[in-house]
Amino acid sequence: MSVDKIENTSRRDFLRKSALAGGGLVLGFYFDPANSATKRVAKPSAISETSVFKPNAFIRIDPNGSVTLISKQPEIGQGIKTSLPMIIAEELEVNWKDVVIVQGDLDPIYGSQSAGGSRSTPTNYEEFHRLGATARTMLIQAAAAIWQVPVSELIAHDSAVHHSATGRKLGYGQLVEKAAVLPVPSKESVKLKDSKDYKLLGSRIGGVDNPSVVTGKPLFGIDVKLPGLLYAVYEKAPVFGSKVLSANLDKIKLLPGVRHAFVIEGGTDLKGLLPGVAIVADSTWAAFSARKQLDVVWDEGLAATQSWEGFSAKAKSLSSQSGTDVLRNDGDVKAALKGASKTIETAYSYPFISHASIEPQNCTAWYKDGAIEIWAPTQNPEAGQKIITETLGIPKDKITLHITRSGGGFGRRLIPDYIVEAAAIAQHLKTPVKLTWSREDDLRHDQYRAGGFHFLRGGLDDKGKLIAWHNHFVTFANKVVKDGKSKLEIGSGANLSGDEFPGRWVENCLLEQTPLECNIPMGPWRAPRSNVLAWVFHSFIDELAHAAGRDPLEFRLEILGDKGFIPGTGEQGIPYDVNRMKHVLQHVAEQAEWGKKKLPRGQGQGIAFHFSHRGYIAQVAEVTVSKDGKLKVDRVVVSTDIGAQIVNLSGAENQVQGSVVDGLGALTFQELNIEKGRIVQSNFGDYPMIRIADAPTRVDVHFLKTDNPVTGLGEPALPPLAPAVCNAIFAATGIRVRQLPLLRTDLSWT
Amino acid sequence: MSKYKLTVNGTPKTVEVASDTPLLWVLRDHLNLVGTKFGCGIGQCGACTVHIDGQPTRACQTLVSKVGKSQITTIEGLHPHGEHPLQKVWQELDVPQCGYCQAGQIMTAAALLKKNPRPTDEEIDVALAGNLCRCGTYLRIRAGIHRAAEIAGKESA
Repeated sequence: MSVDKIENTSRRDFLRKSALAGGGLVLGFYFDPANSATKRVAKPSAISETSVFKPNAFIRIDPNGSVTLISKQPEIGQGIKTSLPMIIAEELEVNWKDVVIVQGDLDPIYGSQSAGGSRSTPTNYEEFHRLGATARTMLIQAAAAIWQVPVSELIAHDSAVHHSATGRKLGYGQLVEKAAVLPVPSKESVKLKDSKDYKLLGSRIGGVDNPSVVTGKPLFGIDVKLPGLLYAVYEKAPVFGSKVLSANLDKIKLLPGVRHAFVIEGGTDLKGLLPGVAIVADSTWAAFSARKQLDVVWDEGLAATQSWEGFSAKAKSLSSQSGTDVLRNDGDVKAALKGASKTIETAYSYPFISHASIEPQNCTAWYKDGAIEIWAPTQNPEAGQKIITETLGIPKDKITLHITRSGGGFGRRLIPDYIVEAAAIAQHLKTPVKLTWSREDDLRHDQYRAGGFHFLRGGLDDKGKLIAWHNHFVTFANKVVKDGKSKLEIGSGANLSGDEFPGRWVENCLLEQTPLECNIPMGPWRAPRSNVLAWVFHSFIDELAHAAGRDPLEFRLEILGDKGFIPGTGEQGIPYDVNRMKHVLQHVAEQAEWGKKKLPRGQGQGIAFHFSHRGYIAQVAEVTVSKDGKLKVDRVVVSTDIGAQIVNLSGAENQVQGSVVDGLGALTFQELNIEKGRIVQSNFGDYPMIRIADAPTRVDVHFLKTDNPVTGLGEPALPPLAPAVCNAIFAATGIRVRQLPLLRTDLSWT
Repeated sequence: MSKYKLTVNGTPKTVEVASDTPLLWVLRDHLNLVGTKFGCGIGQCGACTVHIDGQPTRACQTLVSKVGKSQITTIEGLHPHGEHPLQKVWQELDVPQCGYCQAGQIMTAAALLKKNPRPTDEEIDVALAGNLCRCGTYLRIRAGIHRAAEIAGKESA
């Protein structure tokens, strides 16, 4: 029995069903093994499309009036499967309730399908308006042709074209046949709606998969079932990248339910197919059980000597030295510090942390006759396809990749290591196989948010103005081999940009970094770099404000100054609109009644802001710290400027509230220790995550609409949370948190 | 391998599995009820919460051999038409983000409301303490439980 309702479609299926159904509605794609890897469906050119209206790859309208829209970007909880189609629906003038959204497979016709960097909305916003407007224009033209009236007399709304002069209307379904044969106008020629006429954009729309989520329908990668499916686990070395010397495969093969056990040689790329042992069984539990009896001897090498303690000692020894890379050197920091009225010197540090998406990594693969079909919860389907080609030699055109819903992403699923593992196992066995990582695999084989050490010096003049800023950042790098050469590469999300605030603002500013070589895989974690840099810099700015005896808001406004628009200079340089930041900062202060509340000791407000992913965000946190040091975040006020339009108000608010809770969880609890080259923690028992009682009582979200391009919201609301909370803790208790996670600092006071 | 007779969502089922198989994997791999989710395998995340004789229970910590004649209810069987007040409210308030943990959240919340039809925030925090939401939907979960309590109160009034 197959329960495989996979709400996916490829362009081929989309077209095939269009033809076969003769106007019938595609309500979702039931996986049909007859059309799997071995049997390709008809080529688009062979199909007559006259029965439906399909002006582009994303829109299909059937004669019965039903509207199907393709979601091209992976849904990982950021709400993109709802929000991008809303843009088309707005311009298309269709009733949202009549729209069916189908997840597209990986297909070049859709353009980039990676979901990362909060880029899905800004890169598609304009285009999706044009897609919808093009279809609407053609439907109006079709009605004009039928009625023999000028298009200027017609308007479209509620899934129909109306001729108000005569009271006539034609539903979109009735226009399909005519519209389908019209030439598609150029994207540039179609007229977009005026934003004041939006009915859908800016309203609260529930996630399109919510009905399936709340009733437990199969949706996620881990839910995929195929006929004859086998279940795999993959054991890798606790010391990353170690080779298999031997394994007790003969014993494993005899265990109940086990079908296969074999070694995969793998390579050295920490983001690729690493060496390991695959066990493939009749059920997930049989594979998990057999694994408990697996003994592997690993060739661990020098990496087994690495430890967090060792890295910390090394970093400390570098604190008074110059960095190996100078990222910014404005003015004369040394002289300015020497001449300053007041200087502060201090150090901040934070550990490696895991993404810990709640759905462990998994992937289903089916290899047959040189072709492979993949079902993956991924943020980056292109990378999944690429790594299969590069590692397993399967050509791109022999790889079909279905994007499933992901149980969280946070950047983890940008790296396709788990996809190539499943593909390698499937290629070896030539049967359909689902690889499921245990939670322990997930925690111990992540692409981690790198830890880091910041040595900071700041100088104030006699008026309490910030005149000097020096940051030596000790970070982490992996040794990588590129073009036959070995080099040290700073971990993804572990680098500092020369443009990082307050670089570009403080006249004497030295930013430098030194990488420590490690063998720990690193990858982007929600708002890479920013998720910790905002904490370090806005905590230290707060220290400087208090040292100057000044209000932390006013001190920040002075730093931002009147610079207006600042062009980017560094390698990640993005222009910074100072007025937008000042606007959200002043707004959040007003909303939180900054400085106006008389709070008793043990309660405090903290403020911070951060610019990332093109979004301007400021936050005020209000906390209560009990005498015995227990923290409660009572309220967080968030003001955001992410441009001229909020697409889905419900989804946007969800992202901001989620970012606040996520930021608080990472700040308070998350920490990985490294001993003998291994991650010490194993599961949620020793790696605590934020739970409901620790969530803020209230999160107030404000969206300030400004006349700027629309940008994304999956990440930028996270970075300011940690410094806002830590600055509030200082205001409440006088205790400055300089080491993460927070639970390492005793917050008790008398 | 042994045969086990189970009652799942009111329907008798027979499975042939190893006696140490957790109910979670019986539901997912053998009965194709994949709404119950695997998150940690050690009873820490609550994604696998089902009801056993009405009690919220971690399916990953429940051996199939220990279930006996108990009534097992999964998210698929919480309401015959998926219209439990929590299921309706979760859509009305758009609670889910990624959605992976939400079946477990709803099953725990449903058991709470049965015992305590008008819980306070503190009572919700205690009852839901075992259910992780990695996306951080906790504020909407609290709001959703209050709203469902209100609806259920009106319906029974």
